[in-house]
Amino acid sequence: MDENESIFNSGVLTDELPGAIRPPQDLWEGKKSGLVVVECPQRIPCNPCATSCPTGAICAFSDINDTPRIDYKKCTGCAICVAVCPGLACFVVDLTFNEDYALYKIPYEMLPLPSKGDTVTCLGRTGEALASGIVETVVEPKHDRTYVIHVSAPKKLANDIRAIKVGG
Amino acid sequence: MELIAEHPVLDASCFKRGEKVEFTFDGRSMDGYEGAPIAVSLHANGIRVYRETPEMKRARGFFCAIGKCSSCFMVVDGVPNVRTCVTPLRAGMRVETQHGRGRAAITAMLSE
Amino acid sequence: MTDISTDILVVGGGPAGLSAASEAASYGARVLIVESDLQLGGQLVKQTHKFFGSRDEYAGTRGYKIADILLSEIKENEQNVKVMINTTVTGYYSEDRTFTAMSGEESYMCIRAQRAIVAAGASERLIPFPNNDLPGVYGAGAVQTLMNVYGVVPGKRVLMVGAGNIGLIVSYQLMQAGVEVAAVVEAMPKIGGYWVHAAKIRRLGVPILLRHSIKEAVGERVVEGAVIMELDDKFAPTGQELRMDCDVICMAVGLSPTTEILSQAGCRMKYVPELCGLVAERDRAMRTSNPDFWSAGDATGIEEASAAMVEGRIAGLCAADSLGLPVKMTKLDEYWTRLDHLRAGEVGSKIRAGIDKVYRDKWEVRLDG
Repeated sequence: MDENESIFNSGVLTDELPGAIRPPQDLWEGKKSGLVVVECPQRIPCNPCATSCPTGAICAFSDINDTPRIDYKKCTGCAICVAVCPGLACFVVDLTFNEDYALYKIPYEMLPLPSKGDTVTCLGRTGEALASGIVETVVEPKHDRTYVIHVSAPKKLANDIRAIKVGG
Repeated sequence: MELIAEHPVLDASCFKRGEKVEFTFDGRSMDGYEGAPIAVSLHANGIRVYRETPEMKRARGFFCAIGKCSSCFMVVDGVPNVRTCVTPLRAGMRVETQHGRGRAAITAMLSE
Repeated sequence: MTDISTDILVVGGGPAGLSAASEAASYGARVLIVESDLQLGGQLVKQTHKFFGSRDEYAGTRGYKIADILLSEIKENEQNVKVMINTTVTGYYSEDRTFTAMSGEESYMCIRAQRAIVAAGASERLIPFPNNDLPGVYGAGAVQTLMNVYGVVPGKRVLMVGAGNIGLIVSYQLMQAGVEVAAVVEAMPKIGGYWVHAAKIRRLGVPILLRHSIKEAVGERVVEGAVIMELDDKFAPTGQELRMDCDVICMAVGLSPTTEILSQAGCRMKYVPELCGLVAERDRAMRTSNPDFWSAGDATGIEEASAAMVEGRIAGLCAADSLGLPVKMTKLDEYWTRLDHLRAGEVGSKIRAGIDKVYRDKWEVRLDG
């Protein structure tokens, strides 16, 4: 087993795979409010991302075990899927935030809950601290304690930032 | 008590906590919530050793929490081998570490 | 000794038992649910994470909220459902079709039931290592009970043993409760649970050490630490070891189906590794070789709660049908379609292989009583 495979086997994405999807770069760069990034590379019985997507951008599953497929022309970056996905595997990254910073819409179910203006630590897929970020908005789309935190952080980390740490 | 003060998903009202009551553990007075399992109430007071095995005198505590494994047997109000993980706490209960197999109080047996 | 009689006895008030009871009661069967814990809901009441599956299995809803939904369904049928909590079914006497049960620690009773649905769940497994009996070595379910049901802090720093769904989910729940997870160790070269559950804790900085296991627990009277060891591809220690400080060692190394009552009832049993233990042979109705007994949920093989709820529906429907009640048997196909979907994925392949070994299209010999 190669190194990458064993890292993947411990829950860290290493390559693009079916179900682990990034937007096409040209579309992504010009898309206001961002596009969804999905990291769900395993066939498991779960479909709330597709059934809750208001625009049909996450294509309907023919089998509940399908991995997500995305029609990026339809994605509005609304982040409903970010709030709904039981696996916390959906993220929205808006590359139009400003010249150097992107807006990351990240699911959050821990304490403490940050507020607008707070500085948080942006984490990569193994919990490594990548950069500081500023909390721009805190929303609870489904009022079910899964918050979506909008954090501005360096744009060059668009493929790396996947979590935040608040305080400490 | 070692309680979770704040939780991102569960409100304090989600936790099953009845009236606050007093009970004793090996003669020491402790606080607990009525209706919560005795073993859970002890854990909240930092107590982790519930009995001592008959031969090797090894410490035993909480394990399965569903009344199946016998690890948390204690003497409660004089009655040995009580599954404390599924026995609810009541005010004034006398909870004691069980040493060995436990022995029923002779007076209790005579009154049967 | 008290005597109780009912049409259908449901042993276990978890996701399978509650679903079975609601289903059967909705067609008019008189149902008695006997639950050993202090409340109904089984493991659902401890689950703070959102469930997978589809809308039919409440996907996206947190487990403890699903328990509330099932309980409200029981309430809708309350004229037909009796519940006894803190009561354990302890035996079955086939000669007079009588069950014995123990309420609390001292009070015993007899239950006469025409039919029984055994949804008794499962019990935690333990693996052998020195000091595995030290207080602080806890089953994963026990840790969930402490923190998610009663709001008691289980410890300060936890070593999780096992990276199946339970180990991964409980690690995440520990972090939500403010408890540090030192590491998750897993003897296999790959996590056993859903990949997304692992990713969730990895990105919060929890290491998942594959090909690692616990060598021993350290401590005099309670757990003070653990020694973990690396394993080679034949599961033999490589000699690489690491001492970790922790006050809880959480065991998530699997569950075994609880099936003693089915064995006592003479149901044909088979040891099926894919289903994690001894389970009853069953047909499309979830009926066993003893025509008075059905089984559902983890008692039929360790699987997700979403599948347990559907199996419970099937058992409840078919047990009610066997009493001559006017049930909608078209539901049976619908339930099986749902189960087939839930089991169609990569993780479900093991379950499918296991069920193939105990599924019977029809019974050659019935143990008619």
